[in-house]
Amino acid sequence: MPALNINGRNLEFEADPATPLLWVLREQLGLTGTKYGCGVAQCGACTVHLDGAPIRSCVLPVSAVQATQKIVTIEGLSADASHPVQKAWLALDVPQCGYCQSGMIMAAAALLKDKPKPTDAEINEGITNICRCGTYNRVRAAVHLAADGGVPKKA
Amino acid sequence: MAMTPSTIPATAALPFDVSDAAETFLTPSPVAVGRRRFMIGSASAAGGLMLGFHLSAQAQAQAGPTEVNAWVVVKPDDTVVIRIARSEMGQGTLTGLAQMVAEELECDWSKVTTEYPTPGQNLARNRVWGNFSTGGSRGIRESHEYVRKGGATARQMLIQAAANEWGVPASECSAEASVITHLPSARRTSYGNVAQAAAKLAPPADVPLKAPKDWKLIGKSVKRLDTVAKLNGSQVYGADLKLPGMLNAAIHDCPVFGGKVVSFDASKVQSMPGVRRVLKVGDSAVAVVADTWWQAKTALAELPVVWDDGPNAKLNSQMVAATLAAGLDAPDAFIGNEVGNAKAALASAARRVEAVYAYPHQNHATMEPINATARWTPGRCEVWTPTQNGEAALAATAAAAGLPAGQCEVYKMHLGGGFGRRGAVHDWIPQVVAIAREMPGVPVKLLWSREEDMTHGRYHPVTQAKMTAGLDAAGNLVALHMRISGQSILAGVAPQNLANGRDPVQFQGLTATGDGAIGYTVPNLLVDHAMRNPPVPVGFWRGVNHNQNAVYLECFMDELAHATGTDPLVFRRKLMANHPKHLAVLEAAVKKAGWGTPAAPGVYRGLAQHMGFGSYTAAVAEVSVSKAGEVRVHRIVAATDPGYAVNPQQIAAQVEGSFAYGLSACLYGECTLKDGRIEQTNFNTYEVMRMSAMPAVETIVMPSGGFWGGVGEPTIAVAAPAVLNAIFAATGKRVRRLPLANADLKQA
Repeated sequence: MPALNINGRNLEFEADPATPLLWVLREQLGLTGTKYGCGVAQCGACTVHLDGAPIRSCVLPVSAVQATQKIVTIEGLSADASHPVQKAWLALDVPQCGYCQSGMIMAAAALLKDKPKPTDAEINEGITNICRCGTYNRVRAAVHLAADGGVPKKA
Repeated sequence: MAMTPSTIPATAALPFDVSDAAETFLTPSPVAVGRRRFMIGSASAAGGLMLGFHLSAQAQAQAGPTEVNAWVVVKPDDTVVIRIARSEMGQGTLTGLAQMVAEELECDWSKVTTEYPTPGQNLARNRVWGNFSTGGSRGIRESHEYVRKGGATARQMLIQAAANEWGVPASECSAEASVITHLPSARRTSYGNVAQAAAKLAPPADVPLKAPKDWKLIGKSVKRLDTVAKLNGSQVYGADLKLPGMLNAAIHDCPVFGGKVVSFDASKVQSMPGVRRVLKVGDSAVAVVADTWWQAKTALAELPVVWDDGPNAKLNSQMVAATLAAGLDAPDAFIGNEVGNAKAALASAARRVEAVYAYPHQNHATMEPINATARWTPGRCEVWTPTQNGEAALAATAAAAGLPAGQCEVYKMHLGGGFGRRGAVHDWIPQVVAIAREMPGVPVKLLWSREEDMTHGRYHPVTQAKMTAGLDAAGNLVALHMRISGQSILAGVAPQNLANGRDPVQFQGLTATGDGAIGYTVPNLLVDHAMRNPPVPVGFWRGVNHNQNAVYLECFMDELAHATGTDPLVFRRKLMANHPKHLAVLEAAVKKAGWGTPAAPGVYRGLAQHMGFGSYTAAVAEVSVSKAGEVRVHRIVAATDPGYAVNPQQIAAQVEGSFAYGLSACLYGECTLKDGRIEQTNFNTYEVMRMSAMPAVETIVMPSGGFWGGVGEPTIAVAAPAVLNAIFAATGKRVRRLPLANADLKQA
């Protein structure tokens, strides 16, 4: 049976090889934190990390992922929501409906790994996810806060 | 061109009238909804699969929670569960309404959680939680009084229970942070200790509510209660639901509005992996049911279907536009506001100014596509769905199930966006129930693809407006005729609520009085509407008719200011002397924005003001336009007076969000028709705002007290006109047809 390395665990699954990784995560492995928004790599709600890089899992056939490659989903970003991005998101009350936020958070975490102190322009370029509630300005502020550890400084 | 009315299912067969979903967009009407009570067996609500979304399930799962009254449940550890009737879809109502109850309850806010009662329970208990409908920015402004009373009554019962236990008068006791103190003896106990005794007491009548000056929690920028689950993937949305034995369905409705299924060849896909059923749904759709949704979607894509495209097979946007244009001068029109004699005054005016504007169809494009899960047996039907109106969803379920509402239940799932799409019309519920009826006892989850969601929306209405102004020799506005032509939302979703054919919602923001009153005094004013309903499904869309009405009026005011060589702020002030609340937010916005002082090089300002959903709003936009015609919105200063501000930081979030949504509409939003079908099928053809286009938003929350206005929608109205007016300031070009993406702003 094919297997994937997800959030540090080896998980076996049964699916047609052409099935996008998103749907293996959601329907075979029960990891529904990663969302379906468009299916055409436009909105980013399905963003997960593949060997540390942010990818849009809705267009990646599961057969293209090697069992040795490390996949991290929102459920595995931290054990207890202690990742600086999650802390910053909590501190600034970023989510509204929240549906896009798994993808936003994964995109932000990957961006910060690449660019620990991103500029606004780098955030704009690095996070192209769609949010219809309009959390963009709080997302941007929270990325900056996460770059400083995720906890607001006391006045 | 034949313009047939939209074919939206009538609600006539339902056991009760759910049209309040549409009706209460007009005026809150608790008396009217009270009439619609009906009784169902109280046991039925507890019969469903529990899942933890179910009130009773949650109650049973914990040790010893006590319902003090309908709004308040107290656990022995002093945790307080506050019941929330309205739906949370990102707008923060869960937190705001909980603040309202907790303010009066005097409970420990750090131990507050929330839960939804089900629509079935509400009906079984004589609608003890009132209206579930969540739209029209009404969550707080319609229920503020009875939810606070719920908290106050529970507090009094808890205090009375403690006083009884101590054998002292309740008047000698007070409560704070879930602790009751007998003041003379300093004896203390907590809500958790006395909740059971409190629940047995008769609720006191007419407990007085606190004066606003005594509020401690209302007005405070507390954090949302629902954030943590949205940070780690644990928040379960409708699309995430999984029930034991559940199958998954993908659906394809005829891409042409009004078309039908002629035939389909199930044999071509029946043997594909996981496929269980291939079926026709209603007259117009086909669905595949499979083990997984991906399997269902994959098979559906291969299913050969023969369609009858029906009477709208040739319809396109140009035909719709021509029909609307003909309405701009047509004699048939409903009047929305009339002062003096506008036509006569226009005929004798020293100068006339005229302009025609147009606003397109737009899709809500909620991030979570439409979905629901249903389980049907001959005696019972349950539906799990993200909905803005649980009771309307229950009515739709009962009608589709062929069962009395008392044998049905709806479990409200968290919404991945609503914006009006998931409220007035539950077009997906007949679909999912029809599928579930084909496999009794098996839960089936129906999830629309993004393509289905984009091409079967309930679109923002399409309208045009002809604006005609009369000016006297001194440049004063003496007459204004605003003729709107186009689509009525009520005619589409709730025709029974039309008043002799007239749609009063059409005039939002333009009426003489009410929760969307015009902010100008014009001596001769005529606002009228020639109703023209193309066969495209229509719906309430965040901001509703304020969106286009504010563009038409506020951009035209800007035109008149420039036509008379007057500063747009000065021109407006002259007309706003009798509208102090409208003017106050405008003055606040222009002051903070620095109106009248130089902007950064290449940056230009525009302004707009508007009243909607009971709140006063104004905005100044700062915009630049490149030589190539690219628009950049740099900064928005927005002011709002919602009367009372329950949670200012969440109001700021809603204001920011309304600009993201409103500027998406202004910059890109358009659904076009060709051959009877919507041409935009996904986010690669229906562009929406992303982070790189989002301006800085500076929000001024300035509650003046004495009234309750909405928050989720009102400021969206000023987003587009402020930007369009700034573009004129930057380029001298007046964009009168949205979206901006179609306008040529290249500079020579």
